[in-house]
Amino acid sequence: MQRNGSVLSELFSASQLYHCNKTSPNLLSSLSDNRIRSAHFNNETLIFPPPPSLSNIMDPRRAPRTVSDPKVRKVGFFTDPPDRSLPGPPDHPISSFPTSPPSTVDNSPPSAGNSLSPVMIPPPRHSSSILSRLRRDPAEFFPLPASPTASTSTSFSDDVAWTMKGRGVAAASSSLPGGLLFDIAAIKSAASSVPASGLTTVSAVNNLPIEKGGGVAVEMQDDQSSRSKSLKEKTTKAERRALQEAQRAAKATAKAEDGKTPAAASGAAASVKSGKSLKPPPSQKNDSAALAALEKKAGDRPPEKDRKKEFPQPRMQFDDKSRVEKAKRRAVVKQTEARNRVELFRHLPQYERGTQRTELQSKFFELDPVHPAVYKVGLQYLYGDICGSNARCIAMLQAFQEAIKDYSTPSEKTLARDLTAKIGSYLSFLIECRPLSISMGNAIRFLKNRIAKLPLTLSELEAKATLRSDIDRFINEKIILADKVIVKHAVTKISDGDVLLTYGSPSAVEMVLLHAHELGKQFRVVVVDSRPKLEGQLLLHRLVGKGINCTYTHVNAISYIMHEVTRVFLGASSVLSNGTVYSKVGTACVAMVAHAFRVPVLVCCEAYKFHERVQLDSLCSNELGDPDVISKIHGREDINFLDGSTNSENLQLLNLIYDATPSDYISMIITDYGMVPPTSVPVIVRDYRREHLWI
Amino acid sequence: MRRNIKLAVGNIVRRVLHIIREEDLSLTTAAIAGLNLSAASDGDDDDDGEQDEHTVLSAAAVAASARNALRPPSLQTLLEDMPESVAIPHTSSSGGDSEGKSKSADKSSRTRRLKHDVIEAVNELIQDINTCHEQIAEQAVEHIHQNEVILTLGSSKTVLEFLYAAKEKKRSFRVFVAEGAPRYQGHLLAKELVTRGLHTTLITDSAVFAIISRVNMVIVGAHAVMANGGVIVPVGLNMVALAAQKHAVPFVVLAGSHKLCPLYPHNPEVLLNELRSPSELLDFGEFSDCLDFGSSIGSPLLHVVNPAFDYVPPKLVSLFITDTGGHNPSYMYRLIADYYSADDLVVRRRVALGN
Repeated sequence: MQRNGSVLSELFSASQLYHCNKTSPNLLSSLSDNRIRSAHFNNETLIFPPPPSLSNIMDPRRAPRTVSDPKVRKVGFFTDPPDRSLPGPPDHPISSFPTSPPSTVDNSPPSAGNSLSPVMIPPPRHSSSILSRLRRDPAEFFPLPASPTASTSTSFSDDVAWTMKGRGVAAASSSLPGGLLFDIAAIKSAASSVPASGLTTVSAVNNLPIEKGGGVAVEMQDDQSSRSKSLKEKTTKAERRALQEAQRAAKATAKAEDGKTPAAASGAAASVKSGKSLKPPPSQKNDSAALAALEKKAGDRPPEKDRKKEFPQPRMQFDDKSRVEKAKRRAVVKQTEARNRVELFRHLPQYERGTQRTELQSKFFELDPVHPAVYKVGLQYLYGDICGSNARCIAMLQAFQEAIKDYSTPSEKTLARDLTAKIGSYLSFLIECRPLSISMGNAIRFLKNRIAKLPLTLSELEAKATLRSDIDRFINEKIILADKVIVKHAVTKISDGDVLLTYGSPSAVEMVLLHAHELGKQFRVVVVDSRPKLEGQLLLHRLVGKGINCTYTHVNAISYIMHEVTRVFLGASSVLSNGTVYSKVGTACVAMVAHAFRVPVLVCCEAYKFHERVQLDSLCSNELGDPDVISKIHGREDINFLDGSTNSENLQLLNLIYDATPSDYISMIITDYGMVPPTSVPVIVRDYRREHLWI
Repeated sequence: MRRNIKLAVGNIVRRVLHIIREEDLSLTTAAIAGLNLSAASDGDDDDDGEQDEHTVLSAAAVAASARNALRPPSLQTLLEDMPESVAIPHTSSSGGDSEGKSKSADKSSRTRRLKHDVIEAVNELIQDINTCHEQIAEQAVEHIHQNEVILTLGSSKTVLEFLYAAKEKKRSFRVFVAEGAPRYQGHLLAKELVTRGLHTTLITDSAVFAIISRVNMVIVGAHAVMANGGVIVPVGLNMVALAAQKHAVPFVVLAGSHKLCPLYPHNPEVLLNELRSPSELLDFGEFSDCLDFGSSIGSPLLHVVNPAFDYVPPKLVSLFITDTGGHNPSYMYRLIADYYSADDLVVRRRVALGN
């Protein structure tokens, strides 16, 4: 609720603002001065309240609880999810997800947050343990901006949310209007979501008085006025009614406060704050307030936001004509739709290949918004020069690094917002070249998160340097280091005399095999390959070049070869939180046959590729490759049966890129957190989200 | 190895042997009936003894011819040999016969009748084999309903005719064709289906698992049907059958009765398989340095495995559709008893020993 209020605050005009101060006095207790500060943080015009001393920061929630000044009822305005500054498509869910309401704050003391959740996996024994330690004891590593509170509140709010649900209080919070309105904002910016349901709107009415408290932070709206204006036009009847009702309620309370102008409101807010939390000495006001805000943002907000984000935004459905039209208008590359679209996959993009390449090349000089480095990577995606989710992810991040290096904030814009928009536009360019993989989506989410969390005190140069080093750290820790850890784990599963089977050309598995070979283990590798990419041949080349004994075959012969195999090592594009392994098409076949032959299947996958989405089949979400490569077989000119008939409307060529392997077939997932069964994936996903904030 | 692969040839040889036995038996019973009328007990005995001798000898002769016949143009040579093989035992037996000439003349007429009957029966068999596609296809409408989604892998004339017959009967359905690497017969099938106006989607073999959840039925042709109800099929179909089982999709095998093999499979993946050239999978030019035996270890670093067939165990097969109707895998042994005589398996073994 708290967050919702803050979210709402953005949406309310100043005229409604001043009504809200007196509503819901009981919520006062949940108000923390830190949060207030952070709410103001986004709006630089606000006067910051006196900064708290460190001890105050340590215990931000307790103090306000004792204060009972009615003026401090502006419960709603303490948090603003950092995402708000992202104009690009946010990952927020459309549904109104239960968020942590203020009333339960009393139920769990802040310290409770420090305890590890019972399901938490044991700390890894390897170098990545630094990361997890970071999560638990951030002060040790980030003494400056991140005070221990942040970590406390991280898990704390998380716990709160869970408690909430358990207690059934969620009834009230489950349909929080904040979620709704926030989503509307998301819709506005992303222009790709479904309208919020009427149900949530109704509950918005109930909760309104509280949310209006958030209105104090209206000034934040200034720089987003255009957005919220258009948003207002979009508000539904129910929402307008909600507004009216709220106003009426506010009048009924007969407020003394009548500061109609934002300045007055902020003044009131400031006084309220100082009245409420007397601790912070006025002298350090400005910078420590910023600090507090920063640490608030870093620590408190994200988990809540993540909770919301746990439902990823529905993906673009290409059978929705109006949306496709809209997307087309925005598109940089004009793509012609394939003539014979496969009926089952109308919801996925199916374009003619070939045309986009020439078009992209010819458009190079017109596409000024796209940074050359990004452009290059995009073309590489398009031509298939870079494949494999790790390689693609690293290439993208490095391109963004270049772009950030050359970026300069236009006047009258803030770096955080403008850069996010910029990256959003690069991203849509990349998506047009090839749909993002899940791992890339996760990396983007990280990057946007970092941008949003940039302290405003940093100069542009510093901010850019920070971002670039963040990206470097992501690549190093989440991909390169993670691979090393995976190799270390996986090698223990290889013994002399083993026959290992792998499918395609997974980078992690290749490293495992090479490392095992270096250790002098005697084993044989079966490389299973499939059309159309035949990536296995590349792997085969590299393995044979290192002197590893190999057997090569195609996926159809898998039942033949499986008799002699003792272990199957597979790579993954992503692991979804129901344990499904989303990987190169054919992986499911291999895993299934291995399962049928009682051969253990080990999946090597870095934790950054884990995703909270769930999927049961390979059809709802997938990527379609170039259909023409199906009809033409490379190197087999004798097979040209289909040469004349590809234009026939009865013939459809389907080139699936991914498939989903059910978790039943997976014996073990080897990740940088150690070796876990597929059932533990959701635990890692949740854990990872928290840790993610700290890298 | 080579001999084992062409199971259908062996099947036909056995069928013909079976036909000869049957015809001979029916003639003999007719003769016995005639002799019974004259009530000559010793003649009856003699006849019996001769029949035994005749059977053994003719079986040996046919087996000898079958040995030659095991090479591809076998059916032809077998049929040409047939009268001789029947004639040989006759002359030998007549030479050793101590009975009078009247008996011998009677026998030669009997032999002619036997020849005639056998030729007739073999012609019938040929006819059966030629028309088995149509007979199987006739049943298509009973198995394919409107808007069905069918998956198949590789190419088979039986499957093509089957699907086309359903299309002829105004059923509309779509077909997913897995290409069937490395021979890519699926491309051929897809082309045929498209020219005949069926909605066809060509997929890679690896996409089978992804697609099968939306498929109502898997229909495939078989290379051979074993006595236990298992099938030898083009490579890749075991994977399809497993996926079909996982998604509870019926796995239907179309097979003419000439594909019915009276053998029980033992290690069929190896013994009833054929390994084809690696050139279908790998470009020799690219990997020539790894494939040779000249490396220091003495064995090549790289092996390429390219089997031609898969074995699908009976528990993965939902239904056989043959020219005699639909059958459960567990019923196959019964069909075999109908088509083959148990002695022929022994004959086969004798041939093996003789070799």
